[in-house]
Amino acid sequence: MPASIKHGRSANHTLRIVCPNGHLGFAPIKAGSFRIGCDCEPDLICADSGSCDVGPVPLGADISSSPLQWQMDDLETMLLAARRLGVPMIVGSAGDTGSNSRVDLFVGIIRDLAEKYSVPRFRIGYFYSEVGKDALRRRIVAGDQITGLDGRSPLDLANLDATERVVAMAGIHPYIKLLDQGADVIIGGRSSDCAIFAAPAIRRGFPEALAYFYGKVLECASLCAEPYGGKESVLGEITMDDVKVTALLPEQRCTIASVAGHAMYERANPFYEHFLGGRIDMSRCRYEQYDERTVRVTGPSYIPAAELRVKLEGSGKIGERYVGIVGVRDPYTIANIDLVTAWARQQVVERFGDRGYELHFTIYGRDAVLGDREPLRATPAHELGIVVQGVAPTKGMAEEVCMIATRQMFYARLPQVKGTAGGVAFLLDEVMPASPAYRWTLNHTMRLDDPLELFPTFIAEVGV
Amino acid sequence: MTASRKLSEIAKTIRSKNAGVDKITFDVIFPDRDAYDRVRESSVLSRAVVCRIFGIDAAQITDHVEFDPALAIKFTIYRRMPSGSPGDADIFGSQQYGPLLDIDVPDG
Repeated sequence: MPASIKHGRSANHTLRIVCPNGHLGFAPIKAGSFRIGCDCEPDLICADSGSCDVGPVPLGADISSSPLQWQMDDLETMLLAARRLGVPMIVGSAGDTGSNSRVDLFVGIIRDLAEKYSVPRFRIGYFYSEVGKDALRRRIVAGDQITGLDGRSPLDLANLDATERVVAMAGIHPYIKLLDQGADVIIGGRSSDCAIFAAPAIRRGFPEALAYFYGKVLECASLCAEPYGGKESVLGEITMDDVKVTALLPEQRCTIASVAGHAMYERANPFYEHFLGGRIDMSRCRYEQYDERTVRVTGPSYIPAAELRVKLEGSGKIGERYVGIVGVRDPYTIANIDLVTAWARQQVVERFGDRGYELHFTIYGRDAVLGDREPLRATPAHELGIVVQGVAPTKGMAEEVCMIATRQMFYARLPQVKGTAGGVAFLLDEVMPASPAYRWTLNHTMRLDDPLELFPTFIAEVGV
Repeated sequence: MTASRKLSEIAKTIRSKNAGVDKITFDVIFPDRDAYDRVRESSVLSRAVVCRIFGIDAAQITDHVEFDPALAIKFTIYRRMPSGSPGDADIFGSQQYGPLLDIDVPDG
């Protein structure tokens, strides 16, 4: 271990957590810095495994976006270290989405690993986060509003009916309950990232403000360090007065800039973090360089919520999907590409009418990534790549929508075109099946009476 | 005519990322206080300029703050559509910052 890592604990009552990965399973844990972390006498090993960043398909289709082998490898790394050290291990938002099937998947992997390595008996605790559509329907019918976030309207029955699956975002409560029951390993359903780390700290009596901040700063592992490099472990320590975070990879440091910079990462506002039960205000946080690779933070405050409201995420299926890819090199065709796509769309309309399906043209080389927000869309590149997506209720119809649109670009009728043997270039003379199309139908909040009411917990003994 | 430099030559980090499923947030982080102050005072990342660059209404900007501890200017806008909907070609929102790189910042 590098001598610069302060190994001695603060004189005060402390709790140390190693976080090996900011999204367990999405890309593998780096072993070197994790080994260093395990040498730093951690009290727990914790990681988040979920994100809504992966889009609505995994939640809707109830699949992982992470490969099974990587999930197994990361869980093995964490489990064997945690059991060797005799400290609890916590994983939240199992399997990218935190749906019930993903919790079961991770619990099954833990059971298999325990058997494979003849791990001495231990307690595994887990909880679910899915919310039934019937329960939501009763709320709506009873007039108990399911409030939209980020400018969304309250949830109505039409959007509920269009929804495949809903998960609720747990707070610290099911984790504390399972720790109280003696869980050595916890696999959580969908949870606030910070709750995974805050729960053991609050349970041990540390102030809520510091505990939630502690979770906030640790949840993405080495993304709070510099130079940039993900999937490396970081070490956090909380006392009654402060939070410290240390980069463990010898090449990385936590600096005031890197830790403060991370405080604002992937959130709309750097000053507030919301979770079930309240929020923290980080606007008066003080960041200090504690040692060469450690930053000390003080000053967050905790504001309990007047009313318990839980965040809901829901995904609904739009339809089956096929994808076609074409290229364009003729400058005249590029200048008139909107006429080409309009022609192709019209051919689909003549076959299927103008409803009951979706057709999208994504024009790489002009405005694919930003769409109508692209300032340079009037000056496209010398060649374009166009991805055509057809979405429809059946695979057969989706394939046909996509095929008509893709192939009819070849036959587009531009008045001045010189090339009359084909208006576009095909990468493949076919269209390809893709994952079904889904959309986020819920980004809402719902009132709760009890912070545990949506999150049933279970505990079992595993190992030998 | 005053001399100027590109924002990409002055900032340490210019990035965009989803903030939930309905928003994209932009972080422009500077290497030192001087650069941070110069860009703040120049207003080249003001709400009005952000609207002009992306062709959006002011109501599309949900947050616009200066964050001193990180020497950062941060703003957040609504997405054109929720992340990962068919037609969205940036599921993580990670390439929306492109137009910021070439912003001219007048020398102070």
